[in-house]
Amino acid sequence: MHHTLVALVEDKPGVLNRVANLVRRRAFNIESLTVGRTAEPGVSRMTIVIDSDQASAERVTAYLYKLVNVLQVEDLGAVPAVARDLALVKVAVAGHDRATLLRVVDETRAHIVDTGEQTMTLEITGEPPHVDAVIARLEPLGIVEMVRTGQVAMRRGDTALSAAQYS
Amino acid sequence: MPKRTGAQIIWECLVNEGVTTVFGYPGGAILPAYDAILDYPTIQHVLVRHEQGAAHMADGYARASGQVGVAIATSGPGATNLVTGIATAMMDSSPVVCITGQVPSKLIGYDAFQETDITGITLPITKHNYLVTRVEDIMPTIKEAFHLAKSGRPGPVLVDITKDAQQASIEWEWDPKPVKIRGYRPSRPVTSAQLSKATELIRASKRPVILAGQGVIQSNGMKELIAFAELLNAPIAMTLLGLGGVPASHRLNLGMMGMHGEAWVNHAIQGADLLMAFGMRFDDRVTGNTKTYAPHARKLHVDIDPSEINKNVTADAAIVGDLRETLKDLIEVLEPADHTPWLEHIESMKGDAAVRDIQTLPDTGHLYAAHVINDIWRITEGKAIVVTDVGQHQMWEAQYYHHETPRSLITSGGLGTMGFALPAAIGAKMACPDAEVWVIVGDGGFQMTQAELTTAAQEGIKINVAIINNGYLGMVRQWQEFFYERRYSSTPLRSPDFVKIADAHGLAGFRVEKRGDVEDVVQRARSTDGTILIDFRVEQEDSVYPMVPAGADLDAMIRRPEPSVLAETGADPI
Ligand SMILES: Cc1ncc(C[n+]2csc(CCOP(=O)(O)OP(=O)(O)O)c2C)c(N)n1
Ligand SMILES: [Mg+2]
Repeated sequence: MHHTLVALVEDKPGVLNRVANLVRRRAFNIESLTVGRTAEPGVSRMTIVIDSDQASAERVTAYLYKLVNVLQVEDLGAVPAVARDLALVKVAVAGHDRATLLRVVDETRAHIVDTGEQTMTLEITGEPPHVDAVIARLEPLGIVEMVRTGQVAMRRGDTALSAAQYS
Repeated sequence: MPKRTGAQIIWECLVNEGVTTVFGYPGGAILPAYDAILDYPTIQHVLVRHEQGAAHMADGYARASGQVGVAIATSGPGATNLVTGIATAMMDSSPVVCITGQVPSKLIGYDAFQETDITGITLPITKHNYLVTRVEDIMPTIKEAFHLAKSGRPGPVLVDITKDAQQASIEWEWDPKPVKIRGYRPSRPVTSAQLSKATELIRASKRPVILAGQGVIQSNGMKELIAFAELLNAPIAMTLLGLGGVPASHRLNLGMMGMHGEAWVNHAIQGADLLMAFGMRFDDRVTGNTKTYAPHARKLHVDIDPSEINKNVTADAAIVGDLRETLKDLIEVLEPADHTPWLEHIESMKGDAAVRDIQTLPDTGHLYAAHVINDIWRITEGKAIVVTDVGQHQMWEAQYYHHETPRSLITSGGLGTMGFALPAAIGAKMACPDAEVWVIVGDGGFQMTQAELTTAAQEGIKINVAIINNGYLGMVRQWQEFFYERRYSSTPLRSPDFVKIADAHGLAGFRVEKRGDVEDVVQRARSTDGTILIDFRVEQEDSVYPMVPAGADLDAMIRRPEPSVLAETGADPI
């Protein structure tokens, strides 16, 4: 089962390493881990998707809090949340009907972000299952290269995760 | 503001943190600090013989005093030699600060001479660690390191400082402001909801058992725990690291629980309807099989570290916070209870399970480790600080030296580090110069760090080293006897002549082969100046009983076999 945790962490060297090490030590498989800035100076935000059950996710949350640089952790498994993943997919255009590809693009709300002589690069954004589904439709056409950002996620509604109390 | 080099700032900070003793070993990357220390005469530097010893000494110092212990090492091999000691301190939540030199910052990442990524290596075995590359960062980092090491759940912190940061200078003065770390909450206030859930469980209980761990000692909650136990008339079972937190002679103190706990203690836990776990973490050595652990008991868990709650054993109620404060709160709201029938039931289980008073057993001429330790307890009137190593002798110490005061037993529990005792005892002695310090160590473990005997001699301190010499890596031999058909693979152990080793260090050495000689030699050793060593030649194939095999149910104990009740009956060994 996939479990999404969000951690607000101090933007300091080695923090990513500490978080990754903690998850590795308990042998949880990381499905994806993204890090980026937040609106608060000195605070980064990690979205960690792990392959684990609820109990294990609670353990990871507890251990995350032990890290001195971790400010806040939110378990998005327990609350309604918006999740987004982005993929760039380079698809071969030779050897099949270009119109088929364009139809997939059209039907799936993918964007063409680059065209080469042999390939076309698509951007797909959405809930992770949507991205999975589009990729599945592109596979028979010949995927030459692909990258996914990994999931970022945020709780729905007015409640905001903030590190302001730790400034 | 005066100008100071980074190296000077290190010592200035330590002086301001109240440090008077450090344990270390010099080398290239820490040379600036070693040069500067000569100008800080209030700090005594103990030159160790191996950096592992420095880390254990700092740990022993911390455990004996409750103050932060400090170890210093150079980069590369100096730093990596600290690793076992750091891991030991981590597992037992001991407040230690390690300061290591690092190669100059511009060489980091170039595989420079003696460069090691020690912050990477120690990441999982420190509470936190730092790499400092700028002189301005030295003071804030050392202040944070001390704050982290001693607050909340204590633990080791490593500060790795590059040589150029030690050499650079700035205008500097001590900043007395208290440390504030953004995401760090060492403890939190106890909520009334937590308290009322806890009291509900306590009031409903007919067969409670208190499980007292090291948290009792670390929170300074000894008095409160006794008051709490007396209020409820509830029995107390101790973890290994908790020993001393409640006087062994207290009527409610049942003794040690777990793998080598007394049978009635484990039976009491298995029969309890409420476990009140205070500052302990349900280590597998105390629970045995968690699936069958205390099956009738609800669990109330109090710990300062929230990640301990529901880790090994699921809690029905939990309080995260300082144990002492929590106990005060509980005492305030609880009314006296009487569990006399339950106490009588436990008392009745002692029966033949009780370790008989081995002092009164006839002397058969054989020397058993249990006798030696019990005699040392009697002769020192239970007032010594005893530092043990790891193995059979460690468990016999826990069973036969009855600790009345906190911080009087220093032992590596969580990591079980052989080689810990001698250096940790040196640290303990430096922390408590007026205390009588005894090392109880196996012939195996002594040989792991025996080089530190020279350190004790050089420092001119008096510690008493009792080698429980059974000619085996005894605890492993015992497992081979029980679980591997007595196939003694790599456990028979040849040792040097320990008395001559003492002699070579200019120290007094003694040998004891008969029980009748124990008292006399121990007394002579105590009155001899300087560190002394006694080689106790004990029964070779004795085993520690009772024993819960690893992972077995807590009440599935292996008991001392009837026909060969060695130590208890004084019968001839088979
Ligand atoms: C550094 C280290 N290596 C190995 C072990 C495994 N081990 C645990 S007890 C033990 C035997 C200890 O022998 P000795 O020091 O003679 O003590 P005894 O058990 O005989 O009292 C060993 C090898 C350990 N705990 N620590
Ligand atoms: Mg031995």
